[in-house]
Amino acid sequence: MSSPLLQFTSSGIFCPDAKVHIDPWQPVERAIITHAHSDHAKAGNKQYLAHKDSESILRLRLGDDIQLQTVSYGEPVIINGIKFSLHPAGHIIGSAQVRVERNGEVWVAGGDYKIQDDNFSVPFEVVRCHTFITESTFGLPIYKWPVQKLVMDEILEWWKQNQVEGKASVLMGYALGKMQRLIVNLQPFPGPVFAHGAVFNVNQRLREAGSDLPFIAFASDIEKKEFRHALVLAPPSAAGSSWLKRFEPYSTGFCSGWMAVRGGKNRRAIDRGFVLSDHADWNDLNVTIPETGAERVFVTHGFTDVFARWLNEKGIEAHEVKTEYGDEQEETNAETIG
Amino acid sequence: MKRFTELFIHLDRTNKTNEKVEALKSYFLTAPDEDKIWALAVFTGRRPPSVFKRGQLHEWAMELAGIPEWLFRESYGSVGDLAETISLILPVSPSSGERTLNELFTSLIDLGKASEQEKKDFLVNTWRQLSPYEVFVFNKLLMGSLRIGVSATLVIRAIGEATGQDPAVITHRIMGQWDPVTTSFNDLIHSKNSADELSKPYPFYLAYAIEGSLEDLGEAHEWFAEWKWDGIRSQVILRKSQLFVWSRGEELVTDKFPELHAMKNPLPDGTVIDGEILCFENDRPMPFNVLQTRIGRKNVTKKILSEAPIVLMGYDVLEYDGRDLRNETQEYRRRLLEQIAASIDLPVFRLSPLVDFPTWDDLRAQHSQSRERGAEGFMIKRKAATYQVGRKKGDWWKWKVDPLSVDAVLVYAAKGSGRRSELFTDYTFAVWDNDKLITFAKAYSGLTDEEIKEVDKFIRQNTLEKFGPVRTVKPELVFEIGFEGINKSTRHKSGIAVRFPRMLRWRKDKPVSEADTLENLKGILEQFG
Repeated sequence: MSSPLLQFTSSGIFCPDAKVHIDPWQPVERAIITHAHSDHAKAGNKQYLAHKDSESILRLRLGDDIQLQTVSYGEPVIINGIKFSLHPAGHIIGSAQVRVERNGEVWVAGGDYKIQDDNFSVPFEVVRCHTFITESTFGLPIYKWPVQKLVMDEILEWWKQNQVEGKASVLMGYALGKMQRLIVNLQPFPGPVFAHGAVFNVNQRLREAGSDLPFIAFASDIEKKEFRHALVLAPPSAAGSSWLKRFEPYSTGFCSGWMAVRGGKNRRAIDRGFVLSDHADWNDLNVTIPETGAERVFVTHGFTDVFARWLNEKGIEAHEVKTEYGDEQEETNAETIG
Repeated sequence: MKRFTELFIHLDRTNKTNEKVEALKSYFLTAPDEDKIWALAVFTGRRPPSVFKRGQLHEWAMELAGIPEWLFRESYGSVGDLAETISLILPVSPSSGERTLNELFTSLIDLGKASEQEKKDFLVNTWRQLSPYEVFVFNKLLMGSLRIGVSATLVIRAIGEATGQDPAVITHRIMGQWDPVTTSFNDLIHSKNSADELSKPYPFYLAYAIEGSLEDLGEAHEWFAEWKWDGIRSQVILRKSQLFVWSRGEELVTDKFPELHAMKNPLPDGTVIDGEILCFENDRPMPFNVLQTRIGRKNVTKKILSEAPIVLMGYDVLEYDGRDLRNETQEYRRRLLEQIAASIDLPVFRLSPLVDFPTWDDLRAQHSQSRERGAEGFMIKRKAATYQVGRKKGDWWKWKVDPLSVDAVLVYAAKGSGRRSELFTDYTFAVWDNDKLITFAKAYSGLTDEEIKEVDKFIRQNTLEKFGPVRTVKPELVFEIGFEGINKSTRHKSGIAVRFPRMLRWRKDKPVSEADTLENLKGILEQFG
């Protein structure tokens, strides 16, 4: 009997036939990267394969000199007779599910994914498979996302109220993904918008690579009074830092799926929490997994044990797998500079 | 419900007093009258009738959400609050008809005698009509656990601004007994002479802990000092030949203390005495837990009366012969109180003795006697002070003795609730009993947020066993645990119960082997128990 198509090793998800890893956390020969967040795209691999829209950020973070092959969604790459292809995961720009096929047997590693269309990354597509590897960051029934439009309206309302009170609105979230989603969906802006260096760098790279993003000025060389009515986009690491002083008086907002629970907001020293996540919520996980047609599911990062048990009770064979990918919170904490 | 929920969200989002008052004021200006009285009832700590058991809420919510018990528990473990967990797992309903607070509360009262099925139908239907946040607030109301983060003073200020009434008048009116079912907001706030005026206590004047040195207060001779007693602060009211006893918690406790009824005859009508109810024997206070067991009893039996006899330790007189004396000086009121005590001459009424101190140093010298006398320290009152409303700085100060303390070892931990629901913040501490650790106290407070994070991390990495929500932790961390009192206990394995335990300090300098022993605790018990 041949070895399983994909294995879970101490370095990450591994295809023994092709000698390829998916999102390894130890340096390997050849890595397929699902997306450019730092817990999935680690430095030190000899060869990288990723979606073409991930290239600019991967090079920004891992170095311009990495050996990187890029592909479009659906474009097959054959390695040692194993057929690999990337498919939209809807998580952030360039994010992909990895489809792996050998003699008609199909596995899909979902990476991080979300179902809601964020109007910036290519929307998630269901890929039929025999075995599906799913994340479970928000795999509890308490996590159900409100419609994106409602959250954007809530943010705009908060921003406008701050304008009335003469305060700057400092909105925090992951520099890659969350911030572009906000920029695209909050338009037309009711006031000026500025970016923290981390956000600015990511935006500039994406713009250079052809993304349809407006120019957002760097928040450092601006006169203080300009901030009174402004929205300032910042990474989570800005919270509580002295960098914020220049915006006083200000109100702080934080965008994350964890904001769905009151404790999630109260534990951070922030004024407002907005429920905006780039991961699938409980309902989306439960709709999507059956749609893949998978006979077997591996549950990775998140509420793995709970969600695997739930799937088994629903009659879907599921196994819990330990990985080193972060949850949305750790991601955001790790991300300081672009 | 929508408007009340918005008010809650407003109050929850800000920690600025002015913004809170504005939000409250706007509510009291715009909400329907029949809702205001319920809101006020909630703000003053009155609970709606308790119609549902927690288990019922939990069971029906699971059923409606279509999830099994274990998954509900996992969800609850992650949220840390039952009301919120339910609001998050229920299917989000599209319909959202407005249900007023009054409608909801009235329905709840009518449900008192309803069958389980009727109760369930009501709850499920109500949940379906409310948004998730409304469900959260509604559940909190049902469980009587809505914590709003506004003090009575703020509510009173807001109502004052909204209605143009004097805050002191409002305070007086909303204290005491009224029932939102039979009282209208307008009657309560605006009516001139409500019938229950008779029983109403005055708002208590409360002291802050002293800041800085005694000398900062000015000349010693301008001040009184009394021992600070640890009992139940109360007002004994005699009006129209009826006697009422109110605790500081705004509870009418007349029936709990029949001994005080002896004061009815000798006192003139229209008298209000402010004092401390204490269990008292052989000329000294008994431990607080004696009083506590007495409060817990439904019926005051002869046995209790003889085992836990009480006195009223008189501090102040607020009304005499029907005249409100609160604007008189402390000195005036004290002299009158002394005269009253002398004239009625009842063992159940004792005058709180004044401490003699020609200089501040003389007062300092006596502070250390507090525990021997069964007191918690001193109350220092300006002779020229009027009797004010609520906690005010300036004229009254409390100066408590340092807490008793021992160094103890962290052995069990559980997650906190609310803001701390994902952190291990509830700790159990132990001391050495020969070569074993024996638990003696639980404590939740006293650490900084940074320290909590550090301890939380330690707990996660050093868990030995899990029992449901509780973890056994490798005994390695030592904390100085402070407490206000110590008593024998038959309920605790250590044989000791401490009062108000909290963490004073993390003793990173101490190895576990140097933590205190049960012998040390017993020594403290002997000395101060």
